[in-house]
Amino acid sequence: MRQTCLDTVYQLARQDERVVFIGSDLGEGTLADFRREIPQRFFMEGISEANILTMAAGLAMNGKIPYVNTIAPFLTRRAYEQILLDLCLHRVNVRLLGNGGGMVYAPLGPTHMVIEDLAALRAIPGMTILAPADAEEMQRLMRLTTDYQGPIYVRFGKGFDPVVSQAEQPVVIGKAVTYASGNDLLLISTGITLKLVLEAAENLQNQGVSTAILHYHSIKPFDTESLLARAAQVRAVITVEEHSVIGGLGGAVAETLLEADLARVPKFRRIGVPDQFPEDYGSQAHLMNSFGICSENIIAQAQAML
Amino acid sequence: MQIDPLKTPLDRRSRELRHQMVRMMEEAGRGHLASAFSLVEILRVLYDDILRIDPSRPDWPQRDRLILSKGHGCMALYVMLAERGFFPESALWDFCKPGGLLGGHPEHKVPGVEASTGSLGHGLSFGVGFALNARMDDSPARTYVVVGDGECNEGSVWEAAMAAAKHQLANLCVLVDCNKLQSYGPTADIQNLDPFADKWRAFGFEVNEVDGHDLVALRQLLERPPGRQPRTIICHTVKGKGIPEVENNLAWHHKSKLPTEKLAELYQALEEN
Repeated sequence: MRQTCLDTVYQLARQDERVVFIGSDLGEGTLADFRREIPQRFFMEGISEANILTMAAGLAMNGKIPYVNTIAPFLTRRAYEQILLDLCLHRVNVRLLGNGGGMVYAPLGPTHMVIEDLAALRAIPGMTILAPADAEEMQRLMRLTTDYQGPIYVRFGKGFDPVVSQAEQPVVIGKAVTYASGNDLLLISTGITLKLVLEAAENLQNQGVSTAILHYHSIKPFDTESLLARAAQVRAVITVEEHSVIGGLGGAVAETLLEADLARVPKFRRIGVPDQFPEDYGSQAHLMNSFGICSENIIAQAQAML
Repeated sequence: MQIDPLKTPLDRRSRELRHQMVRMMEEAGRGHLASAFSLVEILRVLYDDILRIDPSRPDWPQRDRLILSKGHGCMALYVMLAERGFFPESALWDFCKPGGLLGGHPEHKVPGVEASTGSLGHGLSFGVGFALNARMDDSPARTYVVVGDGECNEGSVWEAAMAAAKHQLANLCVLVDCNKLQSYGPTADIQNLDPFADKWRAFGFEVNEVDGHDLVALRQLLERPPGRQPRTIICHTVKGKGIPEVENNLAWHHKSKLPTEKLAELYQALEEN
């Protein structure tokens, strides 16, 4: 997904002279073609996230559209105040491309994982947060980013995530995508958990559970309308995210459901990282499984609720 | 370099500008007066003689940019912007009031204010972005960033300095309002910056030092054509310059609720200085 994202930035830069790329200290050869072809709009600025983000804001305030890329924990944690003040307060068109949102960098330990980015950024007025399921959905979203107003954070996975999103589904920033329309259970995904939710839904359907699926590639703006329309039809709702259960997808859904005064409030569970640091190593999948972020647990939770 | 800005006399206009700031404090009941007083001559020279700006077109793309990175000195910026006609003088008297245009730190919604500042250590990075943009667009616009010496405790200032030097941003000028006091005490005690000029030189800047209340010396330096490197002008100033009681007095970093008699004393002191 990462490579596709950067390739898309290169394509956007060829089409739009406002597009500028800024990296911190990325891998050798990153966007070599971009650098060779459009060197005046390619910047590799060193391990200095605070300066990079405000510099990007300064460029954006004068008409450029900077795409800033480094790994997600450093991009979102290291310079949070710069995101809040210099990007969001000034409402500038800076795009933050975070490699490895969630537990992609599991073998590298807690310094390199980010399980609170959605929550932290969701609290900032004017922030747009995208978490595509796979490289193809990423591309469809990225094409919308040049003419979108205000700062955007794009959380993307490691690459090689299987493609599960459907090209025929229209992609609109701020609009959830419906993947199934059952009326017993509603499964809600963001980012790469779409795959888990699709797997669980297939299994549950075979057991006779009529399952709806809503996929949120946009965590903010948050599509409350689609959620409430679906939630009114079902007996149980489960959110699944590669993120802390606090303040991300599950938080957004819970807030929306509770404030809607539904005639019949469905049962509700959040699947995600509990309120603790991921302390084990191994693969991303291993850590996700250890926290129950897997189709087996989605199925088990659904069975217990229905 | 031996500079004693405490002794530098202030002319009529410099005292009038300070008078307006005391009146802003009187109206608002609060303000960072001493931090603003140390800046007045720096901003005065920039707005009177150096900046290519058009107050009727605050968004004119070719304009020079000034960023007040030490945003708490904003009263000095506001009186200059009002004088130049970016907004009516009456806005000064609504400082920090509900519905007023001007708050306790600069905001980009105010005509003439390029960036919202207040949290320290952001302004120079904005300046790097602005200066880089001007180069990319082949624009003659220059960028001036006023930072405080205490502000240079922030690591992001030095990240930005490295970036400015890397890109050889000769169209970028840093002016340090070097009043040698921060909120709790002397900068030399809180977080010593010395050798300060050498630090900027080592980071790749052309460095000059000047009495920050000496209008002629400031103007001469700022009128010099840019070289090949970004510039830093260390302006030696006095926190609270212009009112003896306020000068170099830590108690005056931020003041609120000044009694009428005290305000009268401040106005009087400005007349006598």
